[in-house]
Amino acid sequence: MTKTPNDIRRRLLGALAAAPLLGPAMARAQPQPARPAARAIPSSGETIPLVGLGSWITFNVGDDRAARDASTEVMRAFFQAGGRLIDSSPMYGSAQDVIGYGLKKLGRPADLFAADKVWISGSGEGRAQMERSRRLWDIPRFDLMQVHNLLSWQTHLPTLFSMKAAGQLRYVGITTSHGRRHDELEKIMASRPLDFVQLTYNLVDREAEQRLLPLARERGIAVIVNRPFQQGALLDRLGRRPLPPWAAEIDCTSWAQFALKFIISHPAVTCAIPATTRVDHVRENLGAAAGRLPDQAMRARMAALVARL
Amino acid sequence: MSEWWTYSLRDLLLFSPRTYYRQFELYNLEWWPLQLVALALGIAVLALWRRGGERAGRAIAAILALCWLWVAWAFHGQRYASINLAAGYFAWAFVAQALLLLWFGGVRRRLTPASAPRVQVRAGLGLLLFAVLIFPLVAPLQGRNWTQAEVFGMAPDPTALATLGVLLLAGARPAWALYPIPAAWCLISGATLWTMDAPDFAVVPLAALLAVGLAAAARLEQAGAAQPGR
Repeated sequence: MTKTPNDIRRRLLGALAAAPLLGPAMARAQPQPARPAARAIPSSGETIPLVGLGSWITFNVGDDRAARDASTEVMRAFFQAGGRLIDSSPMYGSAQDVIGYGLKKLGRPADLFAADKVWISGSGEGRAQMERSRRLWDIPRFDLMQVHNLLSWQTHLPTLFSMKAAGQLRYVGITTSHGRRHDELEKIMASRPLDFVQLTYNLVDREAEQRLLPLARERGIAVIVNRPFQQGALLDRLGRRPLPPWAAEIDCTSWAQFALKFIISHPAVTCAIPATTRVDHVRENLGAAAGRLPDQAMRARMAALVARL
Repeated sequence: MSEWWTYSLRDLLLFSPRTYYRQFELYNLEWWPLQLVALALGIAVLALWRRGGERAGRAIAAILALCWLWVAWAFHGQRYASINLAAGYFAWAFVAQALLLLWFGGVRRRLTPASAPRVQVRAGLGLLLFAVLIFPLVAPLQGRNWTQAEVFGMAPDPTALATLGVLLLAGARPAWALYPIPAAWCLISGATLWTMDAPDFAVVPLAALLAVGLAAAARLEQAGAAQPGR
């Protein structure tokens, strides 16, 4: 059977993961993986790593103990590799509960940057839902609370700003996905003092480049990017072909890193949030934030290649 | 949800196929050996149909109602709800179907085995046999573990299919109120499997459409025969 670059890389990562089992001397001999690069949140100057962790579908495993433990290992590998931002929503089934389970088992990592969403109509209901979410995560407060898919944003944003003023959360944001309602999002970004905006942006879905990403830079709004792999469909498509040799010029070892480096090299992007159920993949994703990032010319080359495939 | 029409079914899928099938595994392990009782109830429905008569029809209605109630509580309420935000609504629909079965089958005696066109009887019997005896084999036939088997009386799909089979066997004058919930569930289940790229996604919805189509055809034929001058 022919081995793809992904297979080889996964074997290498697997071997690295097993290194501690070979003894302390061998483990010491392993070079420490590079820490992910970080970018500043414009409204505060605080930096967060360029790659975070999403939880859509992957962490919705119900009360399945084995799957919860597997999710915990993904989170462990995420924090060990230097990750900080985990994003979830009440819309994601049991994901918040699973995150809370994992954080407890991991001893509540101090580096966590907790991002969640409010997804309900009504101000009172919104506050109650956010409190439920906080209890599920079992944390003192969220770092970032976002209005999910613009749902009742006129109601929720004033609530979130007042909670921020009261110190009950640190940042306020709003989200969309799949390229929906960009016109309305643009108006909100232009008129409200948002800290964050979350949207879909990847090698194929690039509408955000036209107005939203430039506006985010202009207004000093941090950008979280969801669906970096089009829920896996993009990687399925790209994975049928070998990675181009010139990907090594930006320290890419996989199509996943190729896709992520394209996203996080955009100067307006603060953090991409791929979701995964696999420890090797979370390490690979964080690895995209280490090493060289593409410049403008390389970004154009990457996009042109994907457009041809 | 705003602009709901811009969402595809795949956008609404909250869980992975692995997580979905794992729910059946955990459910079966939790309730073993209740599956054997459920299987016995399915065979009892077949035996009661062969026996015929009003008492048999009422007993069939009671068994089916019990199964729908069980699936509502144990599967949708206690298991599926942990990964699917809509499972609570499914549970209430299943409770409603149980009540309808008790009313139409137990009180109004509309599930009494009765003569019907041969094709309808064959389809009804085929659906019932498929739901009770063949459906549990789908998981292992697809390479999944036996523990993920979907059993009549415990899992929603075979319970809905068996119910549609019983309705076909209840004669040419169908109790239409008993069709919508099983048929709708079959469509929902098929859509869920389709979003997960399951190869068998069409089986359950097609079986449901077949049942509804045959019932409608039999009713039309009966109405046509009753018209004067024919």
